[in-house]
Amino acid sequence: MAIGVTNAPERSKSSGSIINDPQVRGIFYQAITIIILAVLIYWIVDNTTENLRRANIASGYDFLRSRAGFDVGQSLISFTSDSTYGRALVVGFLNTLLVAITGIITATVIGFIVGIGRLSHNWIIAKLSLAYVEVFRNIPPLLVIFFWYSGVLAILPQARDALALPLDIYVSNRGVAFPSPIPGEGAQYTLLAFLIAVAASFFVARYARQKQMATGQRFPVLWTVLGLIIGLPLVTFLVTGAPLTFDVPVAGKFNLTGGSVVGPEFMSLFLALSFYTAAFIAEIVRAGIRGVSKGQTEAAHALGIRPRLTTRLVIVPQAMRIIIPPLTSQYLNLTKNSSLAVAVGYADLVAVGGTILNQTGQSIEVVSIWLIVYLSLSLATSLFMNWYNARMALVER
Amino acid sequence: MSTNQAAFVRSAIIEASPAPALESGVISWLRKNLFATPKDTALTIISLLILAWLVPPAIQWLFIDAAWTGGGRGVCATISQGGSQPEGWSGACWAFVNAKFDQFVYGRYPLEERWRPAIVGILFVLFLVPMLIPKVPYKGLNAILLFIALPIIATILLPGGWFGIIYVETALWGGLMVTLALSFVGIAVSLPLGILLALGRRSDMPVIKMLCTVFIEMVRGVPLITVLFMASVMLPLFLPQGVTFDKFLRALIGVSLFASAYMAEVVRGGLQAIPKGQYEGADSLGLSYWQKMGLIVLPQALKLVIPGIVNTFIGLFKDTSLVSIIGMFDLLGIVRLNFTDTNWATAVTPLTGLIFAGFVFWLFCFGMSRYSGFMERLLDKSQR
Repeated sequence: MAIGVTNAPERSKSSGSIINDPQVRGIFYQAITIIILAVLIYWIVDNTTENLRRANIASGYDFLRSRAGFDVGQSLISFTSDSTYGRALVVGFLNTLLVAITGIITATVIGFIVGIGRLSHNWIIAKLSLAYVEVFRNIPPLLVIFFWYSGVLAILPQARDALALPLDIYVSNRGVAFPSPIPGEGAQYTLLAFLIAVAASFFVARYARQKQMATGQRFPVLWTVLGLIIGLPLVTFLVTGAPLTFDVPVAGKFNLTGGSVVGPEFMSLFLALSFYTAAFIAEIVRAGIRGVSKGQTEAAHALGIRPRLTTRLVIVPQAMRIIIPPLTSQYLNLTKNSSLAVAVGYADLVAVGGTILNQTGQSIEVVSIWLIVYLSLSLATSLFMNWYNARMALVER
Repeated sequence: MSTNQAAFVRSAIIEASPAPALESGVISWLRKNLFATPKDTALTIISLLILAWLVPPAIQWLFIDAAWTGGGRGVCATISQGGSQPEGWSGACWAFVNAKFDQFVYGRYPLEERWRPAIVGILFVLFLVPMLIPKVPYKGLNAILLFIALPIIATILLPGGWFGIIYVETALWGGLMVTLALSFVGIAVSLPLGILLALGRRSDMPVIKMLCTVFIEMVRGVPLITVLFMASVMLPLFLPQGVTFDKFLRALIGVSLFASAYMAEVVRGGLQAIPKGQYEGADSLGLSYWQKMGLIVLPQALKLVIPGIVNTFIGLFKDTSLVSIIGMFDLLGIVRLNFTDTNWATAVTPLTGLIFAGFVFWLFCFGMSRYSGFMERLLDKSQR
């Protein structure tokens, strides 16, 4: 009896046994997860070291300093087969950046044109834009790359009878050859003038904004800046005696000599990524502009603001708020899709890494370099776009 | 009455006159949609000129000048290239697609065994079509057939090796069959896995949350190719000596994991859009975590994000073409493999083959996006 009495309150204190306490359960589940994960990692590491020992592969990043022994097709910095693996990876990284940045610029331009075209009152423009979006959005990017590479660029004429375009540009199945500028004595002054002009434009824009805030008067910023950026370098260029010559490509018997050549690998990758991503950007732009309510346009018109200014000052700033976040992820997608370069042999980071991987067998190291580079590229892009987004975001009062 | 009759007062109501010619019919449509302003007029004329410059040659190339039948490269090459076409000829080589069509569908699967993928394909269509039509009853049974019975039949029939049918290694699989198999498994795995990852990322347990977040962000931050390379190069390293994985299976794992990370983010968007009251309501009814999610939250959340889910499916379908880079022959891979066939190598073969493959991919993706639009409207209607 006495035992029963003393027992009763204890039982009610732990009402619902410890098994039913969600907090305890949470800790239990997490502990189990950690244990399973630790065992799995231990198992994987154990297997990997065993496999590496069997295959006689030394782990570590020392291989980066040894001789590469292969050549890359196109490189922004000097590279020979005697250079190191590390330098090869840098070449690949620069090539990835090159195709990503040029691709992003072109895709944005095409995307905005098509996206605005889809909202056009002009029936034929709207339908053409719709057709563009529906075609490119529904085809794998890899197929578009091959389309340009083995479908279009490969059946262009041979280098000896290349298509001659104006300005000494030649198009053949070896790529696009164009005159490369060779800066002469004193060319650095032109560059200096350009930099000064850019810096000056920055101050002009600030001055104009302050002036408009203070007095309400508008300063012709666009024309001043254009005049500065084009005029100042041009004047310097002429004053220093036009120190620029061109290395013009010349059609030889078998090949074009001289000039700069952009290979078909880069061209096909660049064109495919631009056209493919542009279809997605077009949809984002359309959604963004549609997302600005009609009342905004009507209110602006009621205030007597002209249509062009309405677009620039009322619609675009609001549409950009909707457009920027998904646009960021499209830019990231384009950067990641640039890894499809490996399919046509453009020496980007993945293609170079793949070659190194096959030569040395250092798969873990190469894959880890890929992961780090792409993850930091993703992170850098999203940080920049977040900063830009914060600047553009609506300041709610 | 009659005294009020003045000559200038009309006694009958005048007939309604037709709208001005400029405001009705074709002319008005043209005026409003094509020639509203001088800028519009200029744009219209420029587009028409571009169309006139592009479309007739394209039709000429694709259909009129195309070589439709023939048994070898001769029909698609000019005389100087060793064929029968006149000099300067260029046209689509549909004879190539025609001759290789079976390969484009089955890859290098043995000829006499092709009834096996054919049966799986027919069953797939039979199970899928009623699943997609909302009015057809027995959805539960249908789902069991499609997602449980079909994979079992496929894993028995496609590789074979038992019940007296010969074994066909996956290296011989190819074509549309591989593309569809990869996408089907990818879709069937990535949706549940993505839901689990999304739930994990929103979990209260810090360890689970961190693991899911790291996995999702890592996978989303890198290109699919590196994931496929990892699956094909590093997976064998991680396993003990002697344990080997089939190449097809490795690609399957890579594609599914990649898609599930994207799916997780889509589902997370839906989970965030569900009002807190729904979660709290479920809690106050005393539902367990899985009851709360399965019965209250997920049905609403998934309905919200159908477009995003289908977009991920479309992306997955397009991404399966990347397996051709790690040496498998999906539709795109097998089409490209045939460019090197000396019996068919001509200047126009690659372009024709790629246009064909592009059209097939386009049909599937466009179909999926149209179906998702239809589903969206249907669910929208039922909610009102």
